[in-house]
Amino acid sequence: MAVLVIAEHDNNILKTSTLNTITAAAKLSDDIHLLILGKDIETLSNNAKTIHPIKKILKCDNSKLENFIPELSAPIISNIANGYSHILAPASTFGKNLLPRVSALLDVTQISDVIEIKSENTFVRPIYAGNAISHVETNQNINLLTIRPTSFEKCEETGGGASLEDVQFIDSDVKTIFIGREVSKSDRPELGNARIVVSGGRGMENSENFNLLYDLADKLNAAVGASRAAVDAGYIGNEYQVGQTGKMVAPELYIAVGISGAIQHLAGMKESKVIVAINKDTEAPIFNIADYGLSSDLFQAIPEIIKELNLLNKLES
Amino acid sequence: MKVLVAVKRVVDYKVQIRVKSDNSGVETQNVKMSVNPPDENAIEEAVKLKEQGIATETVAISIGDEKSQDVLRTSMAMGIDRSILVKTPNSLEPLAVAKTLSKIIEKENPDLVLMGKQAIDDDSNQTGQILSALLGWPQACFISDLKIEGNKLSISREIDEGIEKIESSLPAVITCDLRLNTPRFASLPNIMKAKKKPLDIIDVSSLGIDTDPKIKIIRVEEPPKRKAGIMVNDVKELVEKLKYEAKVI
Repeated sequence: MAVLVIAEHDNNILKTSTLNTITAAAKLSDDIHLLILGKDIETLSNNAKTIHPIKKILKCDNSKLENFIPELSAPIISNIANGYSHILAPASTFGKNLLPRVSALLDVTQISDVIEIKSENTFVRPIYAGNAISHVETNQNINLLTIRPTSFEKCEETGGGASLEDVQFIDSDVKTIFIGREVSKSDRPELGNARIVVSGGRGMENSENFNLLYDLADKLNAAVGASRAAVDAGYIGNEYQVGQTGKMVAPELYIAVGISGAIQHLAGMKESKVIVAINKDTEAPIFNIADYGLSSDLFQAIPEIIKELNLLNKLES
Repeated sequence: MKVLVAVKRVVDYKVQIRVKSDNSGVETQNVKMSVNPPDENAIEEAVKLKEQGIATETVAISIGDEKSQDVLRTSMAMGIDRSILVKTPNSLEPLAVAKTLSKIIEKENPDLVLMGKQAIDDDSNQTGQILSALLGWPQACFISDLKIEGNKLSISREIDEGIEKIESSLPAVITCDLRLNTPRFASLPNIMKAKKKPLDIIDVSSLGIDTDPKIKIIRVEEPPKRKAGIMVNDVKELVEKLKYEAKVI
């Protein structure tokens, strides 16, 4: 049977999380359809045709769908759900906001935050902030899954030749009105799929000191992250939070600066390949999971690291 | 305006959990249990609305075994007026929780339902969204700011890209982020007072809904442990290790 992936996008391009989710779908079926709901998505939909594993693009282009209001999207999805064995969405705030509504309309239980697909009906998901891993099985007619993007590689974006079909827009009397979005603009890589992440915690002391991390991040072409403590203290915006109630990241290199390492933070970054911890508190739990620990005052260490990196660059050029 | 707050009893966020030796789940016997942290934000918001004269009555509801009375008493000690325990021996899946809540809502007729955005035990992040769809009410999830004027809601939601602002109207279902407010501590006199506040207990079987699990937990295991790393002496050594040993820069 076919598998449906719900695309996360900004009406112009697909988010990387969609490409990760397609890889998860490819473990379930060869017949993958991509549903794109949005406004003025003609170009986006045509571009998506080349995504290798996709057989069919389903698009619903309507001005009311511009801002992804889940009360409007969910009935469109449940209306076409018949005929799919699985419906997948990324476990991003987009997918989390939307897919449970589809679960309500279809009366099936959703499985959240899948990190591994064992078979058509057996899935693996973290619970308790990743401190336990649960293997679950279901025999519902339709399986609704949100997929943790960092657990699956991006799919091939070229080589495919999907067909394109329109899907019926279903108008609902929706009370939610979109007002606006405050999005921080940055030239740095996206936190969710950066190769290197530099994260700051309460030890950064204020928002100005985060400039140190921005400098380091720019030197490494890294994304910037933060612990909940730093976000709560107002040093940096919520979109930077890594952890159980923030974003999940799994970069090749994660540099935790002035972060003590509460289990809720570790939940969001312990799948990173190499972890570096810089903290003046030698007892900080972050050192227990770090590959390289440096017990040092971060205000000395970070400028020194930047200096060392500059030296390395010079040696190489 | 009447506000209903859904509250879950979970293993305290500071507890380092243990997987049961038979891999059937996580050990919850003899560990400290507390109100699910973002549910505390929901309680705080409801109590604030009452103090501001916007809410006229606040009701907390929990679904669980007898012991879930604890978290309802805590809710009332924080200022909730009364509470309801829907008793069930088994832990319910989000869809069943939402159906249970919707049955109680039919009777209670609240104008606003508040709850945490996720429970920190199973991290599903579903119940509020499902409930909103079952009721056909607007949903506002992961909120960090709420203003109510008459029937109108002005909301800030935390999304992956930053903050999203929406407007909506009552009745509505709202799920709270940890940054919505700072939950108060219950004072001793208020803890004493809470013991006298009404707490009704009803059995889930009396609601006539399907609460059978649709997901079977086959096995719960410990996550793979990271191997212990090393402490480096200085920045120079760190950068060298990253460059020549780990080869990540």
